[in-house]
Amino acid sequence: MGVKIKSMKNEDFRDNETLELFKETDGNIFLTTIDDILNWGRSNSVWPLTFATSCCGIEMMAAGAARHDFARFGIEVYRASPRQADVIVVAGTIVNKMAPVLKRLYDQMSEPKYVIAMGSCAISGGPFFYNSYHVIKGVDNLIPVDVYVPGCPPRPESLLYGVMQLQRKIKAESFLKHQFNRNTITNE
Amino acid sequence: MNNEELKQKTLTILPAAEMVENKQFLSFNIPSDGFYKFAKSLKESDDTSFDFLFCLTGMDYGDSLGVVYHLASTKYGHEIVLKVKAGDRENPAIDTVSDIWRTAEFHEREVFDLFGIKFNHHPDLRRIFLEENWQGHPLRKDYIDEVNIVER
Repeated sequence: MGVKIKSMKNEDFRDNETLELFKETDGNIFLTTIDDILNWGRSNSVWPLTFATSCCGIEMMAAGAARHDFARFGIEVYRASPRQADVIVVAGTIVNKMAPVLKRLYDQMSEPKYVIAMGSCAISGGPFFYNSYHVIKGVDNLIPVDVYVPGCPPRPESLLYGVMQLQRKIKAESFLKHQFNRNTITNE
Repeated sequence: MNNEELKQKTLTILPAAEMVENKQFLSFNIPSDGFYKFAKSLKESDDTSFDFLFCLTGMDYGDSLGVVYHLASTKYGHEIVLKVKAGDRENPAIDTVSDIWRTAEFHEREVFDLFGIKFNHHPDLRRIFLEENWQGHPLRKDYIDEVNIVER
């Protein structure tokens, strides 16, 4: 038992500033302040879809259960309907026959929507990358992915870390500006 | 019945059966023409009463294809394995046992799907896992898929 695995230090978590650099202020203090409030609310109530295709799903359930309890971070309640979900955690292998189902579920989710690719199968096909005729080699071939969580399967702590990265990403977005731009484009 | 009695019984019903030595289960190579009648008699005769087909496996032996049947009796607790060759690679066919053991209906569809072995008189022989328009049978040793399979 000589191996000691260091956990991530709390101050290291925000060491990487790239995500925050996404945020463009454009000098509009009013909009960004409202954005901050909106994003605070959105990022702290991310509702995942009940969707798991293999062993990563077990780790996701463990992350949701009492010991790890990711409701602490606001990724609160599993929705059985894609129309009520904000994030789809692709937990497991996606085979060719499952691909249209996943695409349909993603399309049924309402905007804004996010995708976490959990585990090596969802990221790249994983152990099925070689010599398999039936597996989608990475769900980013089907739907856009926001956060990749590596592992086979990832520990619940990894999923928690991935979820917290997603929350950072949501906080860096400008929801209002996006809506504004979309409305002006449609009005013209 | 113990294995010795089962062996004697099998060889009296079907003298063409040849025993495979040193296996976990009592195993026999069965010629495909007498197979259906033999399987039916195993199910129906009172002293064997093999009422449970607990495993049905497709095999690719290279020069030929085949099916392996694992049978058990819930009444006596004895088990037997039947290995049947399905002829050449181009036109492999075996009589169905789905009317003897109902569970074989889906298992035979699976073997048909992945190995391309036809089961004569099967009530509903369609692909079960892959799409209807799938080309080829992926678990055959000579299956080639240049699009999806990455060779190592």
